[in-house]
Amino acid sequence: MSSAHVTPGSVPGPKLAAHFASLEVQKHAARLGMWLFLATEILLFAGLFACYAAYRFLFPEAWAASSRSLDLTMGTINTVVLITSSFTAAMAVHYAKEGKNKMVGHMNVLTLLMAMGFLVIKFFEYKHKFHIGTLPGRYYFYEGIQLPGAPLYFTVYFASTALHALHVVIGMTVLAFATVRAYRVGDFSANNYTQVELGSMYWHLVDLVWIFLFPMLYLV
Amino acid sequence: MTPSSSIAAPGAVPGHEATDDHGHHPSYLTDGTTVKSWLLTVDHKRIGIMYMAWILLFFLVGGIFALLIRIELLTPGPTIMDAMTYNRVFTLHGIVMIFLFMIPAIPAIFGNFLLPLMLGAKDVAFPRLNLLSLYVYLAGAGFALWGMLNGGLDTGWTFYTPYSAHTTTTVAPVLFGAFIIGFSSILTGMNFIVTTHTMRAPGITWFKMPLMVWALYATSCIQVLATPVIGLLLLLVTAENLFSLGMFDVARGGDPVLFQHLFWFYSHPAVYIMVLPAFGVMSEIVSAFSRKNIFGYRAVAYSSVGIAFVGFFAWGHHMFVSGQSTFNAGVFGVLSMLVGVFTAIKVFNWVGTVYKGAVEFSTPFAYFCGFLFFTVFGGMTGIAVATVSLDVPWHDTYFVVAHFHFIMVGATIMAFLAALHYWFPKMFGKMYHEGWGLVSAALIILGFNATFIPQFLVGNAGMPRRYYEYPERFQALNVASTAGASLLAFGFIIIAVYLTYALIYGERVDNPWNSKGYEWLTLSPPPTHNFIGPQPTYPEEPHFYVDPKKAEGEVSDV
Ligand code: HEM
Ligand SMILES: [Cu+2]
Repeated sequence: MSSAHVTPGSVPGPKLAAHFASLEVQKHAARLGMWLFLATEILLFAGLFACYAAYRFLFPEAWAASSRSLDLTMGTINTVVLITSSFTAAMAVHYAKEGKNKMVGHMNVLTLLMAMGFLVIKFFEYKHKFHIGTLPGRYYFYEGIQLPGAPLYFTVYFASTALHALHVVIGMTVLAFATVRAYRVGDFSANNYTQVELGSMYWHLVDLVWIFLFPMLYLV
Repeated sequence: MTPSSSIAAPGAVPGHEATDDHGHHPSYLTDGTTVKSWLLTVDHKRIGIMYMAWILLFFLVGGIFALLIRIELLTPGPTIMDAMTYNRVFTLHGIVMIFLFMIPAIPAIFGNFLLPLMLGAKDVAFPRLNLLSLYVYLAGAGFALWGMLNGGLDTGWTFYTPYSAHTTTTVAPVLFGAFIIGFSSILTGMNFIVTTHTMRAPGITWFKMPLMVWALYATSCIQVLATPVIGLLLLLVTAENLFSLGMFDVARGGDPVLFQHLFWFYSHPAVYIMVLPAFGVMSEIVSAFSRKNIFGYRAVAYSSVGIAFVGFFAWGHHMFVSGQSTFNAGVFGVLSMLVGVFTAIKVFNWVGTVYKGAVEFSTPFAYFCGFLFFTVFGGMTGIAVATVSLDVPWHDTYFVVAHFHFIMVGATIMAFLAALHYWFPKMFGKMYHEGWGLVSAALIILGFNATFIPQFLVGNAGMPRRYYEYPERFQALNVASTAGASLLAFGFIIIAVYLTYALIYGERVDNPWNSKGYEWLTLSPPPTHNFIGPQPTYPEEPHFYVDPKKAEGEVSDV
């Protein structure tokens, strides 16, 4: 495969690892790997969804009441923010394919800003809950809803939104790497955009999970 | 076959013609000898060997705990430890054996080593991820072992709530360690799936893949699909233990049975993560030592996928006595039995392969015989416990312990040892002593039966599992079981001795079995990038043996 090695100074392009037959195969492998990884992420959340479903079935009234106590406005704003950020993440891939590295960087910065916004809003929601005492488990002292199962609702709420927030942070890290590379190295092009694409796929997952969580938790 | 008669002349192996010099091409073992060249390697073969070193170490640890359990149960009352220590010891034994040995053993060692070789690839699709998964595994193991040594836990390997949420022993680090190990399992599974999809050499179509590859592929699918669910569950229980979340705690409105559902949703398929690779190993070995193409290749391949699939719908049979409705219990019972059907397909095809084969009774084949016995017998006890009315008295007795040790441990250990002996020359280019191999195989198979048959009996008589003390009348059978375990341990010691000896002084060999498996198309031990010169071509199916005596009719079994 020595013919595939890129000599320094030549046109920037993807490097073919020695064990792959061709660039095509290498790209295919990277994408397939990412899809599989995203599937495992969805399954991770699926476990939580199963818990949610079971307890919602056991305590319908408590769950309806608790869900109404969430701040629907903040949740809606956050949903809009995330969906928009998914769009800019997709645009980054589009520009990467055209080799417009600067635009890739800009788009990723926009995405990162919105991600930050999402976390800030989440922070205020959490802060309110800390204040009124709808914390999970042992720390629950809220008196507002006197129904069996209400504390469980907030346990599920915190478990799923915290896990999601962790994914937001991970996604931001991934995007930050691609951003730095777009600005500094600038070698994304029509045949070298896998990194941007995979990062954006991950971000779509973060968005997708939220799109499930939002109606589940806020709208019921 | 004696080792001396089996040194293959260089060049006698197809594909070697151009490169009949071992000396000029360093093997993967000698290409770089510094510690760093091992620890930071991305070579799938070296990673496989490093896994082997660690996994064998954990096997030793788990084995020592097993012997402690058996010694404690020699007498009805306290023997060598107090009750709390006993609880910790059987928990440690279970966790180490299941999460650190049985689940990774065959895929991480032999899968890593062989999958690329069997596909004619130079490496797995993501070599660096492969190395990462080794260190993730070690990090998880470190976490878990640290927790066990600093307090230990007494929940049993199933971590049932609400007990695991309340016990004062150190549950959290161990649960978190198991979560991390699950991550490693997912990474390996992903890597294998992508490798199988994208790295097959020209000529290897899906139905020309060796059956070991099919088995690894099916296993990887289970790993990827089931592990995330238990990952979440372990996280929740960790949080439950630290912050009293209340998810699975009746006192806070939670439901412990939900824990059991999610736990067995993983852990039932997990038992197939352990046995499917074993089935794969056996398919390779039965054809190599009968010198026949495997009978019913497609049926064996599809049944691996079938087991992987129905394995996901059988979990409820662990909850027959947890207040499940009779209807559910019936459905789960029937679905469980489907697994038996797929396993039976494999068994019939293996037997069909041996039938009229030119059988060569060597150590790996001896393990195949043991394996067949454990699978059939253990599988039949599986059908028995999947029958609700029978399981109600047997549940949580030594009968269940014997059932799962027979099928899961028995079958996996047989396959592990068979693989170790069959591929030892492939991995190290050295041959071990066949005579000692057969002696230890006999000891191990005998010891295994002697350990667990008494447990079927004592369980049927009503002795519950996980009890520290028991009535006098169970003692004879417990002593028999402990005696069997000693025999078993003795067999393992012999293996350790002669394999270590072979590693250093063993005779140089290339393909002592004259095996036609794809992995033997390269040198033993293989060079760094697996093949020297042009990639071998694959004109024939895998397991393609033609017996000169009866060449006609035997080759078109597929
Ligand atoms: C093929 C390989 C098999 C493996 C590796 C395996 C493994 C296991 C393990 C590890 C357990 C005990 C778990 C525990 O409580 O600690 C178990 C229990 C059980 N197995 Fe299997 N098994 C296999 C085949 C089968 C088959 C074919 C069936 C049914 C047709 C079956 C039915 C059951 C049932 C019903 C239990 C629960 C018994 C109880 O807890 O009362 N197994 N098995
Ligand atoms: Cu099961």
